[in-house]
Amino acid sequence: MSALLPSELDRPALARGRSAADADPRSVSAALRRAEFGDRLRTLALAAPLLLLLALSFGIPIVLLLSRAVYDPTIADALPRTSVALADWNGQGLPGDAAFIALAADLSENQAKGAAYELAKALNARLPGARSQVLKTVRQLEAAGGKPPLDIMKAVPFWSAPGTWPVIANGTHAITSFYLLSALDLRWNADGGIERVPPEQAIFLQVFLRTFFVAAAVTLATLLLGFPLAYLISSVPKGLAAILIVAVLLPFWTSILVRTAAWTVLLQKFGLVNDLLLWLGIASERLDLMYSRIGLIIAMTHIQLPFTLLPIYSVMRTIAPSQMKAAYSLGAKPFTAFRRVYLPQVFPGVMAGCLLTFILCLGYYITPALIGGASDQLISNFIANYVNVELNWEMAAALSFILLVFTLALFGIFARILGLDRLKMV
Amino acid sequence: MLLSPYPTPGERIRVALLWLWCGLVILFLLVPILIPVPLSFNSGAFFIFPLEGLSTRWYEVVLGTQRWQSAIGNSLIVAFGTTLIATTLGTLTAIALSNEKFPGRRIVMPLLLSPLIVPVVITAVGSYLFYARVGLASTYAGIILAHTALASPFVVVTVGASLTGFDRNLMRAAAISGAKPLTAFFRVMLPLILPGVLSGAAFAFVTSFDEVVVVQFLASAGQRTMPLEMFIGLREKLSPAITAAATLMMALSIVLLVVANLLARRGQGRRAAAG
Repeated sequence: MSALLPSELDRPALARGRSAADADPRSVSAALRRAEFGDRLRTLALAAPLLLLLALSFGIPIVLLLSRAVYDPTIADALPRTSVALADWNGQGLPGDAAFIALAADLSENQAKGAAYELAKALNARLPGARSQVLKTVRQLEAAGGKPPLDIMKAVPFWSAPGTWPVIANGTHAITSFYLLSALDLRWNADGGIERVPPEQAIFLQVFLRTFFVAAAVTLATLLLGFPLAYLISSVPKGLAAILIVAVLLPFWTSILVRTAAWTVLLQKFGLVNDLLLWLGIASERLDLMYSRIGLIIAMTHIQLPFTLLPIYSVMRTIAPSQMKAAYSLGAKPFTAFRRVYLPQVFPGVMAGCLLTFILCLGYYITPALIGGASDQLISNFIANYVNVELNWEMAAALSFILLVFTLALFGIFARILGLDRLKMV
Repeated sequence: MLLSPYPTPGERIRVALLWLWCGLVILFLLVPILIPVPLSFNSGAFFIFPLEGLSTRWYEVVLGTQRWQSAIGNSLIVAFGTTLIATTLGTLTAIALSNEKFPGRRIVMPLLLSPLIVPVVITAVGSYLFYARVGLASTYAGIILAHTALASPFVVVTVGASLTGFDRNLMRAAAISGAKPLTAFFRVMLPLILPGVLSGAAFAFVTSFDEVVVVQFLASAGQRTMPLEMFIGLREKLSPAITAAATLMMALSIVLLVVANLLARRGQGRRAAAG
């Protein structure tokens, strides 16, 4: 075997130039691999600070948020005795008296700790109406005098109702599918199957459908407005094209908030859009465009138009006009030439622009919050609302989970069909 | 190019319709961003044309009252902090990624770009949840960290583009001539990729300066930035001061982004000249 030890195999030694005969070829390749490994480590070290910072400032927060969708220890922590008492309950009918006594003890302790309201809220999220019942029972337990807790519990019909104990038993498991199912308007039924929640409680499917509808409407509108303009820009002389491109880029470079602000001014009852509609005779009276679906779609279309247009334009620019001329000279009618020669080549750009706009629309927050009415709020607004107003982190997390799944799935399609390079708009 | 040498009447009509449609689309694109500009000089208190008279009173409100001044100050602190960190770390990462020996680029690149794809509400709510636990909520450091995540992809992509034409043999030449790696970086590589770095910095600055959703969740009352002040103002009551603030923000963004794009183009122009 060679006398070369790994420690000698650094690059200066190689640079000093041993003759090839000295070295066992395998050791040389090992040395190269080692040097290469060092190079790899050095490049990784260069990228490490940003990767670590992103993990800390972006990765961990999102993982933590998503984990809240399936992990909710509130009920389990609040009801330790009940958890034990329910351990061997089969889920059928009512549990034994021991469970009632354990629950009474847990409820009293929560009241003593001042945590009864938290528990009532957590139960209420899973069982509408539970809040008042819990708080009522807790007060009665507190004022019991000499009355045994079991009698108090049995006297409240809520605790003997058929749906109550399965929910409590389910809540004593900290890992739960409850919130994710709720986000899709589903729930577990008493037989252990999954069913739709009653129509009066179902809100989220409607919100998702609304989000998809708005995203699709905006995507279609940007395509109708953007495709002809992209075509025009790609076929006029260079100087004019540069001017037209600036007209697209100026709004693109203006922040979404500023453009939304501009639209709130324009869409006012006495704003410019209403003035224009009256002047043109399209409307006979001033319309309520603010806080309306149509106003929201108009503003979002304005903001997204460059995102759809630019990828289409970047593809159109590469298509030689002589191709269409060739098609004409071979006898194709304009529409046929457009459909059979031009469109198939432009199609990847159209896909890229439309998918990008659709994906971005799914996550819209600012514009619906400012321009949309109460019934135009999209899924992002519901997430923010669950955090800011309802303080229900689990529901916010579950909705985030589902929004993220949709977004990443669409993005995966984007990256697979079109490649990541098309994302570089800057 | 639009019309053939001997256009038929039908062709003329189609092209005329195309121009008409595109003219309307351009009006649709430009009018909304131009409309706050004249309104911000209105002397009246309403958003109605014709203007009641010209005055700079709303600019005096934005630049002269304590509430807006503190918002502008906060925006500048956050945006400069974000720009500094995102540009430094993003440039290092772009250099690492441009090396073909970098392991797992196909995994790292989508991860780096993911802050652009994940809906910003999810980022904001997640940051709020995590930062509150580690004591970073309601701190400038927390807002800057969260903004850095949003801004760094722009730096990595822009610097990466300016690096694609960079000849690594120049670094080898510097090493052979006896330059230490750090010297070689500052004397050889940085001057050549500087347009890309500066343009990345401008993108990072604008990203942070225009951001409102993360700030809404992370900032305390004393840390309101200019966009957040605008957002709150738009929700509560419409004051023409908002049009003045919008005009200022728009002017800053557009100037910085024009510069950034010119720099990026210049960086790529050098690449073309060198290649």
